[in-house]
Amino acid sequence: MKTWIEKQKALIDFTLASLARRKIKNLGLLLVYTLIVFLLASVMLFTHALRKEAGKVLENSPEVIVQRLVAGRHDLIPPGYLEKIGRIRGVQKKEGRLWGYYYDGVLKANYTFMVPQPDALMAVESGKIAVGATMARMRGLVPGNTISFRSYSGKLFSFEVSSVLPNKSELVSADLVLLSEADFRAFFELPPGYYNDIVLSVANPLEVRNIATKLSTLLPDSRPILREEVLRTYESIFNWREGIVLVLLSGAILAFAIFAWEKASGLSAEEKREIGILKAIGWETGDVIKMKFWEGALVSLAAFLLGYIAAYLHVFRFSSWLFEPVLKGWAVLYPRFELTPEVDGFQVATLFLFTVFPYAVATIVPIWRAAITDPDAVMRG
Amino acid sequence: MIEVSEVRKAFNQGRHNEYWALKGISLTIEAKKVTALCGPSGSGKTTLLTIIGCLARPTSGRVRLKERDISGLPERFLTDIRRSTFGFVFQQFNLIKGLSALDNVMLPAYPLGGDWRALRARAESLLDSLGLAHRREARVEWLSGGEQQRVAIARALVNDPEVLIADEPTANLDTALSKEFLAILEALAEQGRTVLLTSHDPLVVEAAVIDSVIDMRDGQIVGIR
Amino acid sequence: MLVRLSHRAIAFFAIVLALFCLTFVDAAYLRAARAAALAESGVLAARLGLTDLSLFTEARYTRHPTQADLHSAFQDHPMAFEHFPSGSLMPPPRMLTKEYENLDRKTKSPD
Repeated sequence: MKTWIEKQKALIDFTLASLARRKIKNLGLLLVYTLIVFLLASVMLFTHALRKEAGKVLENSPEVIVQRLVAGRHDLIPPGYLEKIGRIRGVQKKEGRLWGYYYDGVLKANYTFMVPQPDALMAVESGKIAVGATMARMRGLVPGNTISFRSYSGKLFSFEVSSVLPNKSELVSADLVLLSEADFRAFFELPPGYYNDIVLSVANPLEVRNIATKLSTLLPDSRPILREEVLRTYESIFNWREGIVLVLLSGAILAFAIFAWEKASGLSAEEKREIGILKAIGWETGDVIKMKFWEGALVSLAAFLLGYIAAYLHVFRFSSWLFEPVLKGWAVLYPRFELTPEVDGFQVATLFLFTVFPYAVATIVPIWRAAITDPDAVMRG
Repeated sequence: MIEVSEVRKAFNQGRHNEYWALKGISLTIEAKKVTALCGPSGSGKTTLLTIIGCLARPTSGRVRLKERDISGLPERFLTDIRRSTFGFVFQQFNLIKGLSALDNVMLPAYPLGGDWRALRARAESLLDSLGLAHRREARVEWLSGGEQQRVAIARALVNDPEVLIADEPTANLDTALSKEFLAILEALAEQGRTVLLTSHDPLVVEAAVIDSVIDMRDGQIVGIR
Repeated sequence: MLVRLSHRAIAFFAIVLALFCLTFVDAAYLRAARAAALAESGVLAARLGLTDLSLFTEARYTRHPTQADLHSAFQDHPMAFEHFPSGSLMPPPRMLTKEYENLDRKTKSPD
């Protein structure tokens, strides 16, 4: 065992000394390699954490949302719908939601106006509003300030900011403006009894699908949306965005793959001669291959570990600032949020396999052919 | 110590450019003696050297090392024997460029997995004894021809082989350096090392340190002095 | 100190591996530290009946995917011809399509 360790250490000595001969080139390779791992790992960690975050936050959202559709488009819920639903068994709580969009020309951004549900402990008095932290930051609002919005009918409404929503919840509240029902109806000129949609709480999660089916028979012009569908939709959105980043990255990855393959597998005449010398002075074919294995393993392992650590810090300690422009898209109100580090061991293992393994193989395979040459080739040459 | 009997070696056997480098060689190399294979280029002396040094296998015939037939052994065993029994000094020195003299000397011992400090000490003392103490850390391509050869000799000796094999050791050296090499050779002979070398340099062949000279021509032995 | 390259390599990998393991420790620590923020968002979502993240506020299909239409032309619905270039490379998830088909069939009437 001790001999074995000593031998591997000696082989590592040699392979590192060999690499050190072309310091700039090999360090450059390591750097690019690390960068690729860093980017891939960042995308992976970020999307996974975001997906988990969305899942956890939206776990608390209502089980079913009922929309009414007119001519295939989302429309207001007329009076009487709430009562009709009341007859479905298994529905624990039902509430009409009031919300709408308001375009603010100052920020060139859309706000989401919303009325807190009566029992929500977040009720806002008439004439006052509570605003999301992102929007408050962008407009420089603090509690006590007054802000005016021109409604779609042209009238000017002034509100006093009573509170700013906790900035820890920016992920769900960035563009929210909470106001009282009376103010909301006045601002958007919404007749009494009308709602945007209805949210339902269902006691038994197994019942959700049944209730959705019953709803669509009861209210044929409605569309029930289940929470699980919302979650899946989010999943797919993150997949898309992850997809774009990966598409953008794929060019770089391919270029690196070619470069690494060329570097790792293309044996120069000089290297071939060296292998001949090693064999002539008493190295076995297996020794040469082990030595090259160490080269591939050390380089790729170093790149993986460094890249992963950098990616972790980037995503969870530096708020993924590199990705922000891509993820933001055209969003003006981009929430400031810190992702909860959810690391999927399986994903890390996959990344490890896909980054370390190919490079290690690429270094060994060509050596195989060179290493089985006859040791007397050196003498003849 | 080494017995060669009826050894023949063909290159490109069975093809149109088939060429017989050795055409039936039989000889005995005694232990603790310096033997020179002498002959013009193409006489087959280097080929014979590779067969004796277990770098290559004969096409037919037998090679016996210390009463053991080694001509039919598979490569792994040959490598083992080569490592423990032979040290090689090549005509082109064949040092690994970019590495230090010390690293080069230590190389043959790496796959053995012995103690590293002991190995390093041994390599250092070998370099010291060859007068290269001050050039240990120098890259080999910065060394002069004579220094490179001495590094090659140190490398050949690092595993403490019984037999030192040198192919045309003075081919790339001027007279002064060749004489220096002969001095080293004498020291090795005094230590009781078996040396086998090829040369067509009269300076070497006629030197006092050489115990016997085997003259070769066209793959055959033409005389033993 | 550490004359041998292999020893330097071992030291290097020991440090880097330790850092690698530390990321998992740090993750656990941050999870605990940020649990409050997560809970806060959860509470807000529960209280207000929020169904969407305000991550990408530039369009309805990102700010309020739940509020998009199912069967209209030029729709914003996630199952629609989509707005991201990745869509030309991969189809929407099979599972998702199937679920919506099911729901359609159950409604027995066009939305």
